[in-house]
Amino acid sequence: MKNPSRLFPAALGAALTVLCLLASPVRAADGGLQSLRGAAIQAPETEAADPFKNMKDSTPIERNYVQQPPLIPHKVDGYTVTMKYNKCMDCHAWNRYKETGATKVSLTHFKTRDGQELSNISPRRYFCQQCHVPQVDAKPLVGNQFKPAQGMR
Amino acid sequence: MENDNKNAGKRGLTARAWAWLKGIGIVSALGLFAAGVIFWGGFNTVLELTNREAFCISCHEMKDNVYMEYQNTIHYSNRSGVRATCPDCHVPKEWVPKMIRKIQASNEVLHKILGSIDTPEKFNAKRLTLAEHEWERMKRTDSRECRNCHNFEYFDYGIQGRRASATHQAAFDKGQTCIDCHKGIAHKLPEVNQSIGAINEEGAPPQIFHPPTAADKKD
Repeated sequence: MKNPSRLFPAALGAALTVLCLLASPVRAADGGLQSLRGAAIQAPETEAADPFKNMKDSTPIERNYVQQPPLIPHKVDGYTVTMKYNKCMDCHAWNRYKETGATKVSLTHFKTRDGQELSNISPRRYFCQQCHVPQVDAKPLVGNQFKPAQGMR
Repeated sequence: MENDNKNAGKRGLTARAWAWLKGIGIVSALGLFAAGVIFWGGFNTVLELTNREAFCISCHEMKDNVYMEYQNTIHYSNRSGVRATCPDCHVPKEWVPKMIRKIQASNEVLHKILGSIDTPEKFNAKRLTLAEHEWERMKRTDSRECRNCHNFEYFDYGIQGRRASATHQAAFDKGQTCIDCHKGIAHKLPEVNQSIGAINEEGAPPQIFHPPTAADKKD
């Protein structure tokens, strides 16, 4: 053996690795993660299949009552609205709608909550799907006699 | 003697090759051939080892940033399980472009060593530049890597959705290619200055995201 002290760093490294592996929180009995309070966290492997299918892309859907936010007549899978990017505005913004042929955002959306008109879409309208929603082929759960408002038939 | 030399000079390439083969002996020639096969096979095997998803995400820069984002997209997981992994989009299939891309990748190894994008903050600061490189490459090759699977000559517009059918046909008429519209389909987009609220000074200008087409420029 040349010089045993040269092996020391390697031995230390190996020991640390073993220690880390032993102390690792991933090593819970069920193989999952643990919350800070010790409960097991298990991520679902796959999402359950959605029983409803998206409606096919269509032309704008008629409105049923006054002040109804127009429904989204197309699929929105994978269309994200994040802090940095709003996918809806990629087609529906005023500087995009002519090229894309989409419906442009209503002028009512330029107003702040205090009634002040802005020269651009108000940030409070950023989350489109708070009001505008896509449709699935779901039938009404109970029978009803709903009719669209008088002036909208 | 003099005459022989003259003839040797005039002999064809094939004849000279034969002469050389006889000179080194048939066994050595076969040995050289076998060595060539082994070298080429080994080269290709190593090259293909670096062309797998597992290799790409063996560096945390890729694993923690772009790979995480890609997991939410249709190219990672979908109903039929046909996937496009990292090299399917980012490494050309054709030999010469592949070699060029692989040589360029040595720059990426350098920046891995320098730690240029080793935190999410650093990565996001560079995201626009990195994305623009890929957009530019895709645009230059008419989105070659997309077309390895999505050959638009075989599109059935009757089955495509209403929007897809209309937009695809209009776009191809304008001479656009996949990447002109389909940016950010597998990874998060850099910040873009969209027309919402106050002007976003940090965002990329809209023309980077939607470059004007030749038809637009004429107007």
